[in-house]
Amino acid sequence: MADMKIGAYICQGCGIGDRLDTAQLANVAKREGKAAVAKEHEFLCNAEGVKMIQDDIDNDGVNHVVIAACSRRAKTDAFSFEGVTLSRANLREGVIWVRPDTDEARETTQEMGDDYVRMACAESKYMKMPAASGEQGLLRHLLVVGGGIAGMTAALEAAKTGYTVDLVEKSGKLGGVAGEMYKKYPAKAPYDVLADNTTGEMIAAVEGNSAITVHLNTTVASTDGAPGRFSVTLATESGSSNDITVGAIIQATGFHPYDIAKLPELGGGKSPDVMDQLAFEKMVKANGGAIKKADGSDARNVVFVQCAGQRSDTEGHLPYCSGHCCMTSIKQARYVKDAGGDATVIFDDLRTPGADGEDVYRGGQEAGVAFSKGTVKGVEAAGSGLKVSYNDKILADDTTIDADIVVLATGMVPASGPNPYIAQDIEAAEKDGNADLTAKLKAEQEAPVTSILNLQYRQGTDVPHLKNGFTDSHFICFPYETRRTGIYTAGPVRRPMDAHQAIEDATGAALKAIQSCENAALGRAAHPRSGDLSFPTFRVEGCTQCKRCTVECPFGAINEDEKGYPQYNEARCRRCGTCMGACPVRVISFENYSVETVGQQLKAVDMPDEFSEKPRLLVLACENDAYPALDMAGMTHQEYSAYARIIPVRCLGSVNTIWITDALNSGYDGVMLMGCQKGDNYQCHFVKGSEMAHYRMSKIDDTLTQLNLEKERVQTYEVSITDIQRIPQIINDMEKLIGEIGMSPFKF
Amino acid sequence: MSNPNQAMVEKYRSNFLKEVEANVEEGHWVKMCMQCGVCSGSCPLGPHWEHPPQEIFMMIRAGKREEVLGSSSMWMCTSCYNCIARCPRGLPITHIMHGLATYAKRLGLQPKTQPTAKFSQLFWSNLTKTGRVNELKLGLSLYFMNGFANGIKTALKMQDVGLGMYKTGRLNPLEILGGHSIKDTGGLQKMLKKAFEIEEAKIAEYKG
Ligand code: SF4
Ligand code: SF4
Ligand code: SF4
Repeated sequence: MADMKIGAYICQGCGIGDRLDTAQLANVAKREGKAAVAKEHEFLCNAEGVKMIQDDIDNDGVNHVVIAACSRRAKTDAFSFEGVTLSRANLREGVIWVRPDTDEARETTQEMGDDYVRMACAESKYMKMPAASGEQGLLRHLLVVGGGIAGMTAALEAAKTGYTVDLVEKSGKLGGVAGEMYKKYPAKAPYDVLADNTTGEMIAAVEGNSAITVHLNTTVASTDGAPGRFSVTLATESGSSNDITVGAIIQATGFHPYDIAKLPELGGGKSPDVMDQLAFEKMVKANGGAIKKADGSDARNVVFVQCAGQRSDTEGHLPYCSGHCCMTSIKQARYVKDAGGDATVIFDDLRTPGADGEDVYRGGQEAGVAFSKGTVKGVEAAGSGLKVSYNDKILADDTTIDADIVVLATGMVPASGPNPYIAQDIEAAEKDGNADLTAKLKAEQEAPVTSILNLQYRQGTDVPHLKNGFTDSHFICFPYETRRTGIYTAGPVRRPMDAHQAIEDATGAALKAIQSCENAALGRAAHPRSGDLSFPTFRVEGCTQCKRCTVECPFGAINEDEKGYPQYNEARCRRCGTCMGACPVRVISFENYSVETVGQQLKAVDMPDEFSEKPRLLVLACENDAYPALDMAGMTHQEYSAYARIIPVRCLGSVNTIWITDALNSGYDGVMLMGCQKGDNYQCHFVKGSEMAHYRMSKIDDTLTQLNLEKERVQTYEVSITDIQRIPQIINDMEKLIGEIGMSPFKF
Repeated sequence: MSNPNQAMVEKYRSNFLKEVEANVEEGHWVKMCMQCGVCSGSCPLGPHWEHPPQEIFMMIRAGKREEVLGSSSMWMCTSCYNCIARCPRGLPITHIMHGLATYAKRLGLQPKTQPTAKFSQLFWSNLTKTGRVNELKLGLSLYFMNGFANGIKTALKMQDVGLGMYKTGRLNPLEILGGHSIKDTGGLQKMLKKAFEIEEAKIAEYKG
């Protein structure tokens, strides 16, 4: 690349020109920011302003553009230039909109503006143009694991878009649980009737589709590579194997019904006439609609016990609701009514979610299914039948009801592979002194679970679990995503759901998988930094092979090469920078985001001396939630301290502790880190980034002690995008705190 | 005392709901209750009910025949329609309550001392005698509903009101002598007798 030439462009529109001395800002850019060109413009984002910049790029050799105007989140269409780096100084949302328009405030407001221009120029100096790695290839081919309703839907949907699919099914036939149904609920209103099972038609459509290759009695023996270039070995029962290359993977392995033998108090495993919903469904189907006991006689009375072994904190039970079971029991109770028998559903909370749910419930009631709110205490043999004892919660009565068959509405256990992080989780639980959890996790570790994908990743063979074995990732922002880029989960392996939801889910996952292939082909990141071309590289000479990056990458993107050095897989990387934050010797960087691009910004800030009564607060704000919230604080004109200097970071996980040390050494009085919620109900867009940052910052106390500084000076916060009032408040509180504990003595 | 309802009790031991569906006005709605409790929470007299509507519906489904039909609950309904307006399932709760009361009364299972039940009987007897309501007699019988001494007390208390009504021509003291009636009292009696027979025949099978 030719020599660096910084062009700084300062906008006077949106009131910036009235509130700030833009000539001075231009001066700062030239003198301190070393900008070769510094121009003011009264309306920078209009066609004329943009043309002015483009002309400088085209004719004047400007290749590093600094825009001092609105937030980097605004006017992104106008300020998008090919072939140059772009830095933004946030003078509007970050300065004039958060400061009062008064004579007293004028000086400190101008100082804020000056600093943001210095910072943007400093960043610009250390930025390079990102370019794709050259690892890319376009492969419009998917692997779908699981031939149930979700897997088949994913395959069909992908085929519709022109993709080809290898569909792998462990058993000898397609259809999964949905194929076992006697009847189903209709896909369209009216929902208060039962419809024929149409899974057979779907199987025929899959088998007849030339874009889909079905592999029955087959499993995945090995998966390696990255999005756009996964190499997969399929193994058949007969021992033969088959190598394929796919662009992305959808895991739709479904669920197992919870084992009723674990519910002996409800008669599970004790009588053949106590069964789970799937067994009941199969029995009715086999009998063509007749309801028969194990001995072949007709069953007149069937009792359905809801929430059997689920939504319960009893040891060994499932703590969650499986979502479909109330509707399924209502459906099955209608089989009984249709066959002329009596059906009673004993529930604690009857949950029939969705637009169709209420109609399904009503339909059951119209059909004469009896519903009774209560807690079932036990199921025992009584004569040739069964006796269900329960507490009627409306009448506060202990009572019994006779039954020929008892159906236990048990939960869904996800058919996921082993949790790759189990060892880490055990370690964490041990450290917390949580003996119960430790024991539980250890039991899980010992139970043999067969791997599904057999990933050849350093971080384990299967996609990580979120909770209770479900392989979900960011349940709010990125459904279907797992923490293994290019591998998507759909259906009940992701979260409990019914067949209709599984169809929707699989459609979504298929589209995500396609998006992943297309992005990988262009070298672009998947969400949430979609389109990003930068990717991390490391300086091999500096690397100490500590392996922190390979362990801490939330997405398992980094393998290890034969020599023990990290080996990046660009297409697996989400560009969060967690590895960059982790590296103790700071050898990891992105072209346009590095230890330097941030480190130089914080050092560029003008540091008034200890006696000026002008403290400086460094705010490292996550660009996903904290920074937008700060922008919105500006839009709604919330005021915050003129001493804060805010730098957006990709993820709190990318914060390298050197930035904190540098900030303290250069005289900042306080350092604030703002990231998303961590833990079980995390909101972190990179799953583990915020957690890692909190963990690393818990170790910063040593540094502070060495410097003889109060530990309150460095604080880490969990904030959300809606904290528009809270964030300014915590910044102001920090200013107050500094007032109390005094200025930092490290100002030079 | 031999229980005339014994046979029916046997018959419907496990299926009081079906009996209600067959005999009680709007009874077929009972199965549609989803036990949310909104009706009970909406009833202005709710706290005073022995069993609020939600519970009555559950009891019907649980086959608690005597408790339901002998309950004073349905007789507490003032027809304010709050529950009907609010029931998310659209149950005509008020009507069901009156339906249950009527059915209990026909079977002779209504609570014997419940004032609403007693007043209803007074009103009916008063009306059917002449085909017109004799307000003076109805008022007096209401005063004396709970015994002679109580009646005198109430009558004295209501003296002024009665006087006022008399002065404005709203009350004729001569009504005490029998009062005016419709033209064909006998015809009315016959009609009512016939209707009663038809109704009885209908529920005869439920009377066992
Ligand atoms: S930590 Fe983040 S940036 Fe680093 S390799 Fe993993 S996904 Fe990519
Ligand atoms: S964290 Fe840094 S030093 Fe450690 S292995 Fe990764 S690149 Fe090498
Ligand atoms: S409001 Fe309606 S649905 Fe709810 S308890 Fe009362 S009758 Fe039942």
